[in-house]
Amino acid sequence: MNEFVKPTIEYAELWPILVVFGVACLGVVLEAFLPRGRRYLAQSTLAVVGLAVALGGTIYVALDLHKLGGGVARGLIAAEGTIVVDGPTVYLWGLILVFAIGGVLLFAERRLEGGLSAFAGQAAALPGTEAERQASTQGLDHTEVYPLLMFAVGGMMLFPAANDLLTMFVALEVLSLPLYLLSGLARRRRLLSQEAALKYFLLGAFSSGFFLYGVALVYGFAGSMQFSDINEAVRNDAANQSLLLIGMGMLAVGLLFKVGAAPFQAWTPDVYQGAPTAVTAFMAACTKIAAFGALLRLFYVAFGSDRWSWQPMLWVIAILTMLLGAVLAVVQTDVKRMLAYSSVAHTGFLLTGVLGVQSAAQLTNGQITSMQSVLFYLTTYGFAMVGGFAVVTLVRDSGGEATSFARWAGLGKRSPLVAGVFAFFLLSMAGIPLTAGFVGKWAVFTVALAAGAWPVVIVAIVSSIIAVYFYVRLILLMFFTDGEGEVASVTTPSLLTSATIAVGVVATLVLGVVPGPVLDLAGRAGEFIR
Amino acid sequence: MNDFPWLTVLILVPLVGAPVVAFVPKRLGSALPKQLAVAVSVLTLAIGVAIAARYDVGNGMQLTETHKWIDAFGVNYALGVDGLGLLMILLTVALVPIVLIGSWTEADDGNPAAFFAWALALEAFSLAVFAATDVFLFYVVFEATLVPAYFLIGGFGREGRAFAALKFLMFQLGGGLVLLAGVIGLYVVSAQQGSPSYLLTDLAQLQLGTGAERWLFVAFFVAFAVKAPLFPLHTWLADTTENATPGTSVLLVCVLDKIGTFGMLRFCLGLFPEASQWATPVVVTLALISIVYGALIAIGQDDVLRLIGLTSLSHFGFITLGIFAFSSQGGSGAILYMVNHGIGTAALFLLAGYLIRRRGTTLISQMGGLEQVMPVLAGLFLIAGLATLGLPGLSPFVSEILVLIAAFDYHWWVGAVAVSGVVLAAIYVLWMYQRVMTGPTPPDAVGTRDLGRRELAAVAPLMLALVVLGFYPRPLLAVANPTVDSLMERVGVSDVPPAVPAADPGSAEEGHQ
Repeated sequence: MNEFVKPTIEYAELWPILVVFGVACLGVVLEAFLPRGRRYLAQSTLAVVGLAVALGGTIYVALDLHKLGGGVARGLIAAEGTIVVDGPTVYLWGLILVFAIGGVLLFAERRLEGGLSAFAGQAAALPGTEAERQASTQGLDHTEVYPLLMFAVGGMMLFPAANDLLTMFVALEVLSLPLYLLSGLARRRRLLSQEAALKYFLLGAFSSGFFLYGVALVYGFAGSMQFSDINEAVRNDAANQSLLLIGMGMLAVGLLFKVGAAPFQAWTPDVYQGAPTAVTAFMAACTKIAAFGALLRLFYVAFGSDRWSWQPMLWVIAILTMLLGAVLAVVQTDVKRMLAYSSVAHTGFLLTGVLGVQSAAQLTNGQITSMQSVLFYLTTYGFAMVGGFAVVTLVRDSGGEATSFARWAGLGKRSPLVAGVFAFFLLSMAGIPLTAGFVGKWAVFTVALAAGAWPVVIVAIVSSIIAVYFYVRLILLMFFTDGEGEVASVTTPSLLTSATIAVGVVATLVLGVVPGPVLDLAGRAGEFIR
Repeated sequence: MNDFPWLTVLILVPLVGAPVVAFVPKRLGSALPKQLAVAVSVLTLAIGVAIAARYDVGNGMQLTETHKWIDAFGVNYALGVDGLGLLMILLTVALVPIVLIGSWTEADDGNPAAFFAWALALEAFSLAVFAATDVFLFYVVFEATLVPAYFLIGGFGREGRAFAALKFLMFQLGGGLVLLAGVIGLYVVSAQQGSPSYLLTDLAQLQLGTGAERWLFVAFFVAFAVKAPLFPLHTWLADTTENATPGTSVLLVCVLDKIGTFGMLRFCLGLFPEASQWATPVVVTLALISIVYGALIAIGQDDVLRLIGLTSLSHFGFITLGIFAFSSQGGSGAILYMVNHGIGTAALFLLAGYLIRRRGTTLISQMGGLEQVMPVLAGLFLIAGLATLGLPGLSPFVSEILVLIAAFDYHWWVGAVAVSGVVLAAIYVLWMYQRVMTGPTPPDAVGTRDLGRRELAAVAPLMLALVVLGFYPRPLLAVANPTVDSLMERVGVSDVPPAVPAADPGSAEEGHQ
């Protein structure tokens, strides 16, 4: 009989993630015991401090990771082989935490709604009922959003660090469930918000089902949940290729749903539009980062030896996603929906980077790797998205946020600064040089072309041209047209939102002009360890 | 003083000047931003002249600066000038103050500070384009020029400018993204052959396969053909010049569009010599279509700004023809043409702008008989027009004749078609002059003021240059020739020595039998 061995947990490397979960639990306790009036300050401070500590911890851990294979990779496998803390993991943790802090700052903004947050007073009250009116006259506020966000962040950190399929699935659920809830908590246009939440939940549950089925099939093929064992099984080409291929496809469905790739992008516009804009900003940036981390790890580590099976699939999906996102964005008349479709197009560009993977032997010294390019693109994308959605929260009319294009007409004449900032984010998303988006685009296109995926690159260029059209059209609308009828104006935010936007602008500019240091950082993250 | 970063300073002065001009406090008076902008552009001109003085003809790339920029991409911040670059830089630094003075009141109904600031920003990026010796840097500033250009078109000018700005930007960015594919392709090739680098000197050493070279050439050429513009990618040109202010049009057509032909010389010929020769038949055909088609539709225009814009299509056809004729006359002629076209068209645009401001219309059919009320304007307009049609004694003639010689050398029918462009030019210029200036003076035009001192000051240098360079083009040729020679060497073409029939009459006789 086997001795029971106490599992070893590498607390020294895992503590950032534990801090996040701990703060989340503490938030729940606070919610139960603090009087209503004091919750807002306590919760928001706790969340920011918790995330900042975790970010500091991540940096500390990152500096201390041991090198493996002469610096090709760094890190270790922790928690009995279920979690990997390696270079890419800590890079992604850092990104998620940075944008989560931005998200919390936007959550905590109370000046825009006249002293209230952007979240529903009482989520349980039906829209249009007496209970809702009461909640709003009492000035109620949901402060549960902070623990929810922390749980989501914890799940997001676990997602790209997972080293086996089960942990990955658990992380997927931990990050998704709070997001479903958060999407439904908008103070204004509650029906739209609840519809979005329900849609997101139903489709998300479906995709989780696919993922889980895929887990089972791949387990059936490999006899293990661990990525390294699966890789071993793929390498030795055990029987039953069909189990592997179907399983791989199912896993891909689950992950591609989360990143919003075609043909699983249908939820993106509705959810992005319906959710409170602060949640959209957080979700657009952080979910995509986490999910791309997981996607990369799953395909590079577990299925890395079977590249020839999944690369063609990603070619098709990347092409579909880019074209669909760009073309549908052209016909949108709502800023949030347009940004949602543009985020779909960005998913396609990111996939272009993912499919540009080459074995180390094919790369010459100093050539940019696909991991490096995807990590960098995620960085630039996050800053532009958080900043862009933060600007959207400022543009308001009597009915709250005004997101229809007609309201944005002539904004550049009324508030040149805010419109200028938004135009700058749009230019970055369009990939105009001297903004971060250009460098990111350059990087992912390059790795794809180097891997011989020239058809994808051509489509990527065509979609970029289409994308330019709708970004520039919005700039045109803001600066060179006069609004008719009721138009939106800019509400002055508190320091919280202004700081988030300012950081976004500065980062987008700096990453566009001197991207070297961050690119090197992404390069030094090295390979995944197995 | 040898290591003084002349080119960086040249770029930085307008680049820093632009935001300063834009954010000068309004209470200090509305003229201050304009004066400041002119001061900045004159300072830039002075630096440009200093660079020209330090330039040593026939010594290749000079005043080079190289600093690592993005190591991961093999990108350097590398600047340098050769003869071609120097001429373009001088053209730019000379035209910008002229445009600023010439459009002193153009933007007064909008935000004049913004107009002057964007113009300076455009100057800075254009200078960087002409000085860049790293392909990535070139690409970055190449695209960056579009942002100020977009705001210049969209913000100032006539009704319909917003649409024109959108069309302009879509064409340019579309071309730019095709170029991006080429730039990325260069990286991949360069990475495969050792360590990636974007320096022109490193790229020139690359061993390109025939297929790769041709694809890269196509990507670069398409972008430059949009920029230049060449048929069939020219449709943005007329819409833009029609709706933008004449000052903006000068900056676009005389400076920005030169990037297209500049890029063909520097990159298409310099990096892909074999592919350039492979593509010559197509390019020459497109150039010929541009020459004739541009001139024909220019004749049919009733809008004076559209007409001038379309004449440029024809002229860019000539320049491209000169470049791809692959002879030293063609190359020198093309470079000279780029300078002369800049001067001549700038004068034409500015004078047309003065005219439109006085008459309140851009339609040729509603003008007429202005010769008598505005003799100075009419006279200058005629000189600028004659320069455009290539009258001997004015500078464009020199370049046109060089290009035509090269065209006849290339093939007689190419020359023949190109010459028809000259004839058509005479029609559009003289017919326009006739309709605008001659005939009975309309009653409402009586008493219109002739050119003011400021307006005259703006166009006088251009007129002077047209005449002086027409009689004495030697300095330009001396600067341009070494660049052309090294390019021809790179392409592997040497001029065919003139066949002297007397040397071997026998074989010529046999040929006929």
